[in-house]
Amino acid sequence: MSATATAALAASATVTSLPHAETAPVVRDTRPLRLITCGSVDDGKSTLIGRLLWDTKAVKEDQAASLHRDSGKQNDLGLPDFALLLDGLQAEREQGITIDVAYRYFSTDKRSFIVADTPGHEQYTRNMATGASTADLAVLLVDARAGLLEQTRRHATIASLMGIRQFVLAVNKIDLTGYDRAGFEKIAHDFKELALSLGIRQVTAIPMSALKGENVVYRGTDAMPWYEGPTLVETLELATVRSAQTVGFRLPVQRVSRPGESFRGYQGTVAGGSVKPGDSVAILPSGMIANVTKIVTFDLVRNAAVAGDAITLVLDRQVDVARGDMIVSLESQPQIGLAFDAQIVALQPSGIEPGKRYWLKSGSRRQRVTVQPASQLDLKTGKWHHHAEALPMNAIGKVHLAFDEIAIFDPYEQNRTTGAFILIDPDTNNTVAGGMITARRNDIGGIHENDRRVILSLPADLADQIMASEAFANRRDEVDIRRTTAGRAAELLDDLDN
Amino acid sequence: MPDTRPDVELKNPAPSKPPLDPHLKALENEAIHIFREVAAEFERPVMLYSIGKDSSVLLHLARKAFYPGRVPFPLVHINTGWKFPEMIDFRDETAKRYDLDLIEHRNPRGVAENITPFTHGSALYTDIMKTEALRQALDAGQYDAAFGGARRDEEASRAKERIYSFRTPDHKWDPRNQRPELWNVYNGMIRKGESVRAFPLSNWTEVDIWRYIQAEDIPLVPLYYAKKRKFVERDGMLLWAEDPRFEALPGEQVQEDYIRFRTLGCWPLTGAIRSTASNLEEVIAELEIATVSERQGRAIDRDQAGSMEKKKREGYF
Ligand SMILES: Nc1nc2c(ncn2[C@@H]2O[C@H](COP(=O)(O)OP(=O)(O)O)[C@@H](O)[C@H]2O)c(=O)[nH]1
Repeated sequence: MSATATAALAASATVTSLPHAETAPVVRDTRPLRLITCGSVDDGKSTLIGRLLWDTKAVKEDQAASLHRDSGKQNDLGLPDFALLLDGLQAEREQGITIDVAYRYFSTDKRSFIVADTPGHEQYTRNMATGASTADLAVLLVDARAGLLEQTRRHATIASLMGIRQFVLAVNKIDLTGYDRAGFEKIAHDFKELALSLGIRQVTAIPMSALKGENVVYRGTDAMPWYEGPTLVETLELATVRSAQTVGFRLPVQRVSRPGESFRGYQGTVAGGSVKPGDSVAILPSGMIANVTKIVTFDLVRNAAVAGDAITLVLDRQVDVARGDMIVSLESQPQIGLAFDAQIVALQPSGIEPGKRYWLKSGSRRQRVTVQPASQLDLKTGKWHHHAEALPMNAIGKVHLAFDEIAIFDPYEQNRTTGAFILIDPDTNNTVAGGMITARRNDIGGIHENDRRVILSLPADLADQIMASEAFANRRDEVDIRRTTAGRAAELLDDLDN
Repeated sequence: MPDTRPDVELKNPAPSKPPLDPHLKALENEAIHIFREVAAEFERPVMLYSIGKDSSVLLHLARKAFYPGRVPFPLVHINTGWKFPEMIDFRDETAKRYDLDLIEHRNPRGVAENITPFTHGSALYTDIMKTEALRQALDAGQYDAAFGGARRDEEASRAKERIYSFRTPDHKWDPRNQRPELWNVYNGMIRKGESVRAFPLSNWTEVDIWRYIQAEDIPLVPLYYAKKRKFVERDGMLLWAEDPRFEALPGEQVQEDYIRFRTLGCWPLTGAIRSTASNLEEVIAELEIATVSERQGRAIDRDQAGSMEKKKREGYF
């Protein structure tokens, strides 16, 4: 065969990867559900993901073909070794383990799914944290013969720390227990207790055989007539996608659009709440106030935007807004300050050094920060221990963050976008930690002991006018603002006088 | 750069379209977010434009991301000299219609040495006219970020690719040493000479691409649609035979029939399929029929999946 023809065949290999995950154009009424799968080595995670892709017809022909070709090891059902489907990089294939986060895609006619596939080895906490950061739901695998392991607790702890509130416990290899109902129920019960101890209430336990495809996509009624609950896919189809939990509108400004003299728009992705024309908003950190006049998108000038929407916002007055600022609702504002508490996951061999200055990026804002470790989580026991030294790779720690300039956050619990950040090592430019804000620290907060302070109680509209002034904006970071009701203000002032 | 054009008038470019379903909307939002982030963080971004369907989607998203402004970076097209003329026409019309800065680059060494797919073999040709040419173009423009249309579902080795994929000054990619990527917080910090490839379509599947093209009415090169075209069958491939440089081999007979292309590239390396699907609806319908037969093939005999693939490669359907 000529060289050209060989190349042509190679080229045509990509041609034949047909989209065939669905039979008809389906209108999807939700955005994709993002999930993470975790399990210990040999619990059957690769088999399960392979099974999901295979039974939902997400395996492309060329992949299927090479699977059959490469699969020396075929199981007793004559099916290929699904794990081969998943191995991305040559080096990993050779070592036989996966060492990084890979993303897989499949869909049913109800919904589509993005799976973050992370390895089970304990030293890879970093990969799990990475995969979990965007996940709505975690699938935890256990071997039905072994039940819960120390690993299971680790995985559940990391997933809950990263903000996942929906868990599926896949009790796999149930075929090897003779479909033992009592065994399954014991494991399910143990896991629910574990989950509750982490504050997780949404737990579905499913007995399954990934190998035989029972209770994954198809029901396993023949083998397990006693199980009447949902299959894995049914559970996933009904899971809720994580929405922006806060009520407060948040728009981290990515860029300012000035295509002509008369137009100035602030572009970004809504990170919480919603906005409509006429709303009053504050620009942080300056504290300036303005009103929204238009929400512009390519398709139409919209009358509202909600969390997740990529928009361009137009305001009614000339205000100074730059990339990294945040446009927020007046009523419910994020916290601003120079010191915050956070939990972080150390992602690199260099660890996180006490007192070192890092770059912190959150949303579109990047600023200098000093990190002081305070305690470290023992994943074995779930307990925090005092720890003020460097946090090694894969450690999960509580830290104090001290900023040079005003920082703007919501607690991660309330908003997984405006409460999340990464740390970047200025020496290597590498991402060295992922972090979640827990609270603002008040001990520094710009207030010094000898400062003279005045507490004012004003009508909200008057306060807004004052805050919109330049004199105010210039010293915004010296000011502490709490919004409250008239009744509560009266109480507070009474307390002060007494 | 001062903008001297008249003030922006906000008009609705596509007034009558129904809104996107939430699935496509979420993918679109994510892509727009990435476009804006890269454009804001990097000094010299560029978009790699290959004229195909994924590039068309990518460009559409870029226009949406920066509306009402124009696309704030140039597009680079690596021309090998062996592209279908219809692709070049489409490219130039597109650049004009959307007011784009289009840069074409062709490897001068390849041109001087007259490297062709027929004389030098596809591997060497691809290396010089595509890979080396791309490096030259990126170096010449000193671009620190290049948007590409790659998707993670394309093949297994892409499943771990980041959205910001870091490259050393000599454009190397080290899969073992990629930066972790959490939430939608991207690390765009690089040293001089280093760069990133940015992939706004990372989380799209091929089905998503086609559905989005349909929903958004995105123009494509007509080669994706069936038409009577001249071709020969060579080594099981339907090879387009209308270029003046085409030479039939002894015994080859030029035929004319309805064919179309599923992927676009250099015509000597791109096989056509016999098809009468002459518009987007028909193309999608055809893909779906292929799907069904594929599924049946699997259901009847799982071990046939591979030979099905082989038959397709050989051009039986
Ligand atoms: N009997 C049985 N074997 C299984 C099941 N799931 C996986 N296995 C087998 O368990 C072994 C480990 O599975 P694998 O998917 O590679 O595990 P991973 O390390 O978690 O990815 C393989 O030999 C699988 O065939 C199951 O449901 N039942």
